Amino acid sequence: MAVGERDPVTGHMTTGHEWNGIKELHTPVPKPVWFFLIAFTLFGVVWSLLMPSFPYGTGYFRGWLGVDQKQTVAKRLDEGAAERAAWAARIESEDLAAILTDAELMPIIRETGHTLFGDNCAACHGVGGSGNGGYPNIAAAPMLWGDDPATIAETIRVGINGSDPETRVSQMMAFGRDQVLERPAVLQLVTYVRSLSGLEEQTEENAAAIAAGRELFAQNCIACHGQDAKGLKEVGAPDLTDHFWIYGGGREAVYQSIYGGRQGHMPSWGLRLSPLDIKILALYVADLREQQHAAGGDGT
Amino acid sequence: MVAQLTALERTYAAIILVVVICVGVAMAVVGRGDLLAVHGWIVAAYGMAVMVVLLRGIDASEPWEERFREYYDDPTRVGIILSLIWGVIAMAVGVWVAALLAWPDLTFDAAWASFGRLRPVHTSGVIFGFGGNALIATSFHVLQRTTRARLPDQLSPWFVLLGYNLFCVMAATGYFMGMTQSKEYAEPEWYADLWLVVVWVVYFLIYIRTLARRREPHIYVANWYYMAFILVVAILHIVNNLAVPVSIGHAKSYALFSGVQDAMTQWWYGHNAVAFFLTAGFLGMLYYYLPKRAGRPIYSYRMSIISFWGITFMYMWAGSHHLHYTALPHWVQTLGMVFSLVLLVPSWASAGNALLTLNGAWHKVRDDAVLRFMMLAAIFYGIATFEGSFMAIRAVNSLSHYTDWTVGHVHAGALGWVAMITFGSLYALVPWMWKRPALYSAKLVEVHFWLALSGTVVYVFSMWNSGIIQGLMWRTYDQNGTLAYSFLDTLVAMHPYYIARTFGGLLFLAGAVVAFYNVWMTISRPAPIDEGAAADLPVEPPAPRAWAQAGE
Repeated sequence: MAVGERDPVTGHMTTGHEWNGIKELHTPVPKPVWFFLIAFTLFGVVWSLLMPSFPYGTGYFRGWLGVDQKQTVAKRLDEGAAERAAWAARIESEDLAAILTDAELMPIIRETGHTLFGDNCAACHGVGGSGNGGYPNIAAAPMLWGDDPATIAETIRVGINGSDPETRVSQMMAFGRDQVLERPAVLQLVTYVRSLSGLEEQTEENAAAIAAGRELFAQNCIACHGQDAKGLKEVGAPDLTDHFWIYGGGREAVYQSIYGGRQGHMPSWGLRLSPLDIKILALYVADLREQQHAAGGDGT
Repeated sequence: MVAQLTALERTYAAIILVVVICVGVAMAVVGRGDLLAVHGWIVAAYGMAVMVVLLRGIDASEPWEERFREYYDDPTRVGIILSLIWGVIAMAVGVWVAALLAWPDLTFDAAWASFGRLRPVHTSGVIFGFGGNALIATSFHVLQRTTRARLPDQLSPWFVLLGYNLFCVMAATGYFMGMTQSKEYAEPEWYADLWLVVVWVVYFLIYIRTLARRREPHIYVANWYYMAFILVVAILHIVNNLAVPVSIGHAKSYALFSGVQDAMTQWWYGHNAVAFFLTAGFLGMLYYYLPKRAGRPIYSYRMSIISFWGITFMYMWAGSHHLHYTALPHWVQTLGMVFSLVLLVPSWASAGNALLTLNGAWHKVRDDAVLRFMMLAAIFYGIATFEGSFMAIRAVNSLSHYTDWTVGHVHAGALGWVAMITFGSLYALVPWMWKRPALYSAKLVEVHFWLALSGTVVYVFSMWNSGIIQGLMWRTYDQNGTLAYSFLDTLVAMHPYYIARTFGGLLFLAGAVVAFYNVWMTISRPAPIDEGAAADLPVEPPAPRAWAQAGE
């Protein structure tokens, strides 16, 4: 039988056991420990009676308060929809141009659109819509498929080279890789195309290349980019005379575009977002462009 | 080290190693064309490396019979070193992944350096590599001292230690190659899991066999906790990893459970891994090294009983609080929340018992950074368990879930509790194990203490800020009834805290490097003749043939 001894510091007895010099006191469990143990357990019992808790066989105890998390979510969603109903109904029914000048609705478009744009569009187009390598600047640049709000909404809905059956389809051919043009011809085209927007001044050295490029352009490019090279919105072909470039206007980038072709991709958002969301986004983008324009910025 | 093994044990060791090498080669053959083959070669190489060590010492003379009257500490010494090596590496990877979150371009476009692969290297590395090796090393030490019995043989502890590290190597190398079964803290695939089962059963048997031969009438509290850790981790590991491999030649497997059952099994495992690996095991450590270092008796044996049974019983039910507001039925969530709340009482009783044990030794806490590490660990244990119970409340969880608050909570426990008690215990243990009068530098322990504390505080506070901001932004609606912030807005708000977190982690890593240096210098200094060594023996002056019993 182990015999305890009194610990001089605490005044408590030890249990009399010792392990390699370690002893234990026989201190009673402090009262607060018992109190909280009982209090927490009681709370647990009461809470379990109020809420869904114990399982039995094929069902479970539903709790005296009758709380159900699925019903709670459904109720909250309905409440949220009701809160938005007034302005949402107006945006859904009213004309796009009318909303754009509506002092009551536009602040809502700007606030709601900010979040929608941030969660769905900004990953590619940037937070302010200013674009990124390979993704167009939609705040300022001319839009490939047209920039009136209705067209923007349609582009968002069906996407570009997307998975919607009605998607917009656009394809810049790989003139070099598919052996339509030889490398020197591609280089001449590069010089010509860049001269259209003043990136290359005509000099004695490149005069011949520009002339040859003009010839090649007429033979290969005008079907999509137009005789004046100002692009065709019907096929989403860009204007080559302005200073906006999706993939860059340097010689290397333009060469890559002509040699290897381009096939941009924008998801078909109609498969994911509601018509209301798409309408808000179209208005948000249109408004973004108006603000850029008013500020005199061209986004370059 | 081989000289400590009997001739028969050396033969068994050689047989086991031949089997391991053959299994490795077999994995490489049947798994050719699959990543399984890479692991096969790693297993074979590991087996051969150990075989080389064995063969170099195989001709050493057998240990004298007198040897079996002493404690067997070689595996503990190696385990301490391995623990510190894993710790430094895995904490460095932790700083790296923290930096990746602040500067995502740091992957250098390499698949192996992506966040998804590096993160499990960090988590498994610190939990299993650093924590696990420390648990094995200290458990062998504590087990022998508190039972006054030598480990049952010289081979099985090595099997456990080296086998366990083979598992850790397979885990870490697998992550880099993209192998995972996508279960948090249980990422390694089926063959590694099977191997760990074998290792773990042997570990449990060592414990049982030593306890059966104990020379003390009672089993000390530390051993209750170590036993709970070993036993429950075995159960958790086996159930959560039930899976069907695609074929015997493929590393990939599919879990036996699916959907919400799979999620519930995973978080029953995940939360009890926190409970029994990261809590029970380290409470075992606390219960030996803290009273030993403080020179004080445990404050209350009765509180130990309440704490132990409270913790072991109630943790088992708490896992479902990881799945609040999910497809998991509401009634399971209620049970998880209620048990998590009650769990706070035995947890605080444990922390309180440790702190009250220091009554009469607070002057030592002031002067001795090693003891201060242990004191701080008990405080962080209290903070983290309070926070855990608080976050398990459904309403609180709706704010904290999926945010950095969870990450901050985990690190309050992992840095503040687990790592602090480990460093404190290892600092206490190293001079005893290598028979040195003291550590190389008490000043460096002091430096480490402040690095660790400031690193933890910076880390946890930045994650609290980041997490609560994130959670609030997710649920803020504007007056129109729509969400006020996009996901990108939250990232912009969190960015400064991610940089602060990386800095906090860097401080903590620096502390671990200091610890490694200090331990290394302690070991590499020449050993003085230690007059106290005779006191550290398992039994009284030898009764006739006593060695035969101790060494059986």
